[in-house]
Amino acid sequence: MVKVCKKTGNKKSSEMEETRVEYQAEEEEEEEDGADEELSSEEQDGGEDERKRRKLLEAISALGGKRKKPLGERSEAAVHMSEFTVSVEGEGDKMELSDLIGTAEKAPAVTAQSKKQLRNLQRSNRTVECPLSKQERERIQRDVAFQKAASEVSRWDSVITQNQRAEQLVFPLNQEPSGPKPMERVVMGWKARTPLEQEVFALLTANKQPVTDPILTPAEEASVRAMSLEEAKVRRAELQKARALQSYYEAKARRERKIKSKKYHKVQNKAKRKEFLHQFEQMVQTDPAAALEQLQKMEVARMQERMSLKHQNSGKWAKSKAIMAKYDEGARKAMQQQLEVNKDLTQKMVTSLSNKEEEEEQEEEEGDSEMLPDFVNDAQRDASNPWMRGKLSEEPAEREEGDTAGGGGGEEEEKEEVVEEEADEAGEEALLREFDSRRKLRQAQESDAAAEEQELEEEEERVEELEQKVEEQKEEEQRVEEQKEEEQRVEEQKEEEQRVEEKEEEQRVEEKEEEQRVEEKEEEQRVEEQEEEQRVEEKEEEQRVEEKEEEQRVEEKEQEKEQKVEEQKEEEQRVEEKEEEQREEQEEEQREEQEEEQEQRVEEKEEEQREEQEEDDEAAAESSDREEESISEFRNLFHGLRKEAGSRDGSSPLEEGLIRIRTVEDVELLTQGDTSAPVEQPSASEPAPSAGQQAAKGRKRKKGIELKEVLTKETKVIKVPLAPTVADSDSSEEKLDQRGLIKEAFAGDDVISDFLRDKRRQEDAGKPRVVDLTLPGWGEWGGLGLKPSSRKRRRFRVKTAPPAPRKDQHLPSVIISEKRNSSISLHQVNSLPFPFENHSQFESAVRSPLGRTWNTERTVKKVTKPKVLTQLGAIIEPMAEEELVRDKKKASVGRSRRADSKKARL
Amino acid sequence: MASPDGVTVSDSHVGKKKKLAARYWQESPQESKDENKDGKEGEPTEQAVQQEEQKAKKTKKRKQRDDQVDGKKFISGKTDPFPGPAPIPEDRLQKFKRKDKIQKPNRHYYKLKDMITRSEEASEMAQKQAARFDLLLPEDAGFLEGDEDEDTCIISQEDISDAVDISSGAKYFNFKLSQFGPYRVDYSKTGRHLLLGGRRGHVACMDWQSKQLMCEINVMESINDVKWLHSESMYAVAQKKWLYIYDSNGIELHCIRKFNDVLRMQFLPYHFLLATASATGFLQYLDVAVGKEVAAICTKTGRLDVMCQNPNNAIIHLGHPNGTVTLWSPNQKEALVKMLCHQGGVRSVSVDKTGTYMVTSGMDKKLKVYDIRAFKPLKSYFLPAGASCLSLSQRGLLSAATGDVVQVYRDVWSAAVTKPYMAHRVRGTVWDLRFCPFEDVLGVGHGEGFTSMLVPGAGEPNFDGLDANPYRSAKQRQEWEVKALLDKIQPELISLDPTELGQVDNAAFEQRHQDRVQALGFDPLAKERFVPKFKKKGRSSTGGVERRKKKVAHEDQRDLIKKTVEDKVKMEEEGKRMEKKKAMLSSQKSALDRFKK
Repeated sequence: MVKVCKKTGNKKSSEMEETRVEYQAEEEEEEEDGADEELSSEEQDGGEDERKRRKLLEAISALGGKRKKPLGERSEAAVHMSEFTVSVEGEGDKMELSDLIGTAEKAPAVTAQSKKQLRNLQRSNRTVECPLSKQERERIQRDVAFQKAASEVSRWDSVITQNQRAEQLVFPLNQEPSGPKPMERVVMGWKARTPLEQEVFALLTANKQPVTDPILTPAEEASVRAMSLEEAKVRRAELQKARALQSYYEAKARRERKIKSKKYHKVQNKAKRKEFLHQFEQMVQTDPAAALEQLQKMEVARMQERMSLKHQNSGKWAKSKAIMAKYDEGARKAMQQQLEVNKDLTQKMVTSLSNKEEEEEQEEEEGDSEMLPDFVNDAQRDASNPWMRGKLSEEPAEREEGDTAGGGGGEEEEKEEVVEEEADEAGEEALLREFDSRRKLRQAQESDAAAEEQELEEEEERVEELEQKVEEQKEEEQRVEEQKEEEQRVEEQKEEEQRVEEKEEEQRVEEKEEEQRVEEKEEEQRVEEQEEEQRVEEKEEEQRVEEKEEEQRVEEKEQEKEQKVEEQKEEEQRVEEKEEEQREEQEEEQREEQEEEQEQRVEEKEEEQREEQEEDDEAAAESSDREEESISEFRNLFHGLRKEAGSRDGSSPLEEGLIRIRTVEDVELLTQGDTSAPVEQPSASEPAPSAGQQAAKGRKRKKGIELKEVLTKETKVIKVPLAPTVADSDSSEEKLDQRGLIKEAFAGDDVISDFLRDKRRQEDAGKPRVVDLTLPGWGEWGGLGLKPSSRKRRRFRVKTAPPAPRKDQHLPSVIISEKRNSSISLHQVNSLPFPFENHSQFESAVRSPLGRTWNTERTVKKVTKPKVLTQLGAIIEPMAEEELVRDKKKASVGRSRRADSKKARL
Repeated sequence: MASPDGVTVSDSHVGKKKKLAARYWQESPQESKDENKDGKEGEPTEQAVQQEEQKAKKTKKRKQRDDQVDGKKFISGKTDPFPGPAPIPEDRLQKFKRKDKIQKPNRHYYKLKDMITRSEEASEMAQKQAARFDLLLPEDAGFLEGDEDEDTCIISQEDISDAVDISSGAKYFNFKLSQFGPYRVDYSKTGRHLLLGGRRGHVACMDWQSKQLMCEINVMESINDVKWLHSESMYAVAQKKWLYIYDSNGIELHCIRKFNDVLRMQFLPYHFLLATASATGFLQYLDVAVGKEVAAICTKTGRLDVMCQNPNNAIIHLGHPNGTVTLWSPNQKEALVKMLCHQGGVRSVSVDKTGTYMVTSGMDKKLKVYDIRAFKPLKSYFLPAGASCLSLSQRGLLSAATGDVVQVYRDVWSAAVTKPYMAHRVRGTVWDLRFCPFEDVLGVGHGEGFTSMLVPGAGEPNFDGLDANPYRSAKQRQEWEVKALLDKIQPELISLDPTELGQVDNAAFEQRHQDRVQALGFDPLAKERFVPKFKKKGRSSTGGVERRKKKVAHEDQRDLIKKTVEDKVKMEEEGKRMEKKKAMLSSQKSALDRFKK
């Protein structure tokens, strides 16, 4: 009969749990039953026979045809057999301590002390603990070593950061101090030669002054450099502490390791948990931050537990238990326990700190499951309660979850309810919003009452302005009418004036005549003749004037119009100023602007009229309207220019009047009335631009550059003491005749229009194109002469975003190329370097130059200081620990000093 | 030696060092501290920094107090009546200011913070030092002052030359060279050497102060312009057809056939570029260091006979007969800026040394001053006879030639000028004007030769010996040449704004890629085109080839589509996740939230 013991154990305890006995042959079961006890005793004496017998039995069983695999034989003695069939084989041979001590007691040589010790030993049931296994020991050692190393390394952290941040590092670290060196070293091979030196040294020796510093001998230096007693003590203490800690740790681990009892662990765990909870409660009160952290940790543990299947009865052991559970109460219990553990671990912690959150979450959950108490909702509907006005927003995620989870009809109902609630809420929200907006409005009204008043006033003012404008417009209309009337009047007036003048002249002449008569009679005849001549001339002049009037009527009328308009306006201004003294300057400026515009308009009209007249002469005509406008504008400018030219001194060859030459008679007149016309012209036309300029000055720098100012900027005439005697070489070479000169002067027009055209072209080229993607024939009939509908075209027209404003936007006389300078971009930094956050930081860090050309020598040296400085040929050793200690000591000394000083102050 | 050893030994045994009495041969601690302090104004020494780091604020304060106390005391026991470094005048500091302070980032960007503080410190130190060293530029520019009721413009050159010292008086002289027509003038960068080019082929270069003639030749061709190159050993002459380069002995070094019909030349000294404007409307750049043509730009504006350079940013200004002035760099085929300056043609352009002002004169007899940085007109003057040539001196005096009269104006841009500062009549029509650098001299080339005028206050009195030294020896010149060549600025870096290089290029990747493609001449990221292999036995029929091509193309397209779809899905997922997160965050609300406002 053979017994085979099979060991199956729990992983943790490695305890023998079950023993099974297998019987070889079924037929021998009865035989075996009672013989278990005998077996062990029998085996000793009758082992041989037994074996023989078994072999025989096997042989017999083999004869029966049933082939059975012979089981292997195991000869070693088992110490434990089973829980149920206790068979301690080596029981009798066990050595007792008393056996050993017994001899000692008998022997007289053993001292009483040791006897006592031995007795104590005997009394105590403790057995000497066996050493830990190698692996465990090593693990502990490693752990401790790691901690130690980590702490040691972390001591260098400050040094490392300091070095990382340092502007410059100098190696080797402990260089010779750069301070004053001992005289001995300096003086080696040097002698006092000059009389001064000799005298000085004589003095020094005479007064027994130390020539050398109190310097240490090399041995002393070495001793100083070696570890000091204090340091050694510190180190020793550290080591001792480390050793002690290690031993404690080991002992503790061992003790814990030894305990196998499940109950003990359970209790311990419970106690731990309790203690932890207690601590946690305390922490909540004392240190909420740490408590929160702990809470988070717990949360993490909980999550892990929830995620893992550790206590979910899904392991190997649990599965086996599950099989057993049908029959075994214990197994069932164990499983239950496991589940309980799981439940415990997955339960949420409830603390005072997290109470709020808990509540929130709970309420959330409640809300989800429609568990909110009714009165809450009731309260919500109560709009009169100011506390209930807050908005309870929806939780989309929650709803989503609900949606996804929802499958049954009941949940659909819930959904409906939710929808209803939402609707209610929406209504309420609208109401609330209304209230809110009203309240805000009220507040705003209250706070900005003054501002509003101002606004109201402003509005009123605006209204007034508008009214005034309307009035002005009316006035203008009236004026226009008046002007028309006046034109007629003017003609009449002029004639009258001339008549009056003639009369006056006649009177004057008569007076003269009288005088002359008194003086001389002889001259009377001459005078009469003169009178006659004068009359004749006057008549001629009259005729001429009439002719002129007819021909130059348009111009004169216009000029007069201008004059009158200006006069009227001035009068109006005066009146208005009297009436409205409170008015602000801005309004005046606006009015001035308007007036200016009107003037411009008038001028433009003039110009346009002239243009129309000129167009007959000019063959070339540009068609585009815009260009015409701009040209007219420039004509305006040029008008001013020509006036300037008119006002210049005689040296200018561009001297010219503003008389239009339209007929042959005019040409004739030009020669005669050359002197009169130009004199009249500037006097009539000058005030307008001057007023405009004044207005422009008043508006001062509102815009970047006015188009006008660019070319007609008021020019200072420079007087030169020496007039050039030699004509310019250019002009001398290419003799320009009068016609050429005029042409050159008038070339300005073309220059400006050309430039404008060029600029416009550039602008257009920079603008993004509108892409038309219409396909003819799609969705409608296509073919020759059929155009796709405008709606379709509009729909398929792709418009791109407008480009950035041009750099020359406010510079009318400048075209700045918008092309990218790609050659420099290859050298530019195209992504922000690491530590910088924005461009301006980097750019300003880069801006100041480093070179010697722009900086002083010292600045250059500072700016180009190398990051690491090493001494040539010197060995750079790693930083010794002493330096760290020294640093620390310095710091500690400083600290103690500070403390001392504090004490002293106290 | 004189030291008894016993003393030292006995002393050394004592652990503590007793404080020694200060001795004159030792560097007194006071002085060393002062040094420290001096350094601290710009740079705190490392030790100081460490100390400061170690000690808390309170101690720092105490230390400062100690320093102050230290700074006040001398060894002698007397107190320093003016403690600390000497103060620097505010205006002088302002003069050397380069940048404004940056706002420092918050604490946890310590790296950035360190960097910014360091750069700020350095710039501040540079500024202060420069302001301090400004003291070392002692020379003042002169000026001309008339008696009461006497205009300075009436004072004749003879009077001035009589009044000044002999050496200065000798700087007023005339060369009567009526034979070879009107002369063009150029001074070398140091202002020591003069180059004359007569219209009828006469070229002469000389050390004009000693009147020592270096060479004199006749090129037997008409000459349009002459120009010194980087040093006085070489000059360029724009002759009737080609551009020639001669050395100071009059030996022809190069005939550059690529540059034809050159009318005007400018030399950019820091780029070693010779810019030429030709009658055919071409603006060409010649790198004289390597002898290569850098750029040739067709300006499409006709004959170019008005040219000047902006010394600040090496931009070339050209004047045109249609009244516009255009600005050019070798890197762009079109004008950087085109400004309409005059009604008539532009006759002359000049830009001042700082690159702030541009002065133009035109056929409309006007003289205009522009702020060239903003392209805005500042002043406009009317000259009765018009100015044919303009030249600006280093100190900002403007000389204008009208016919045979040379006028010099002062402060044309700041105040409205009504009268010239000086005026002088030369014998013939003025052909060229040039101020001599570092001298109060205006060189006038005219039909009857050359006149050197005295213009007090024209030249910069303080020269930079490392940049342009009028008194340099041959050896120094050689050294300078090497250094200048090493410091040569590449033509690609010429741009309207010289600080552009220090800016971050925030162009899009596509733009940069385009630039790269343009620079390299090929696209480095371009995919290889698929060329189907040629197969024999009629399997490489056109249809077959097409099919194969299509197959590959389809495959590529499929890959592309797959990738885009993947990207899209990823993006969507990301968006969803973000949304969820947001929802989670926003859903952490309690029923009590309704009470919140």
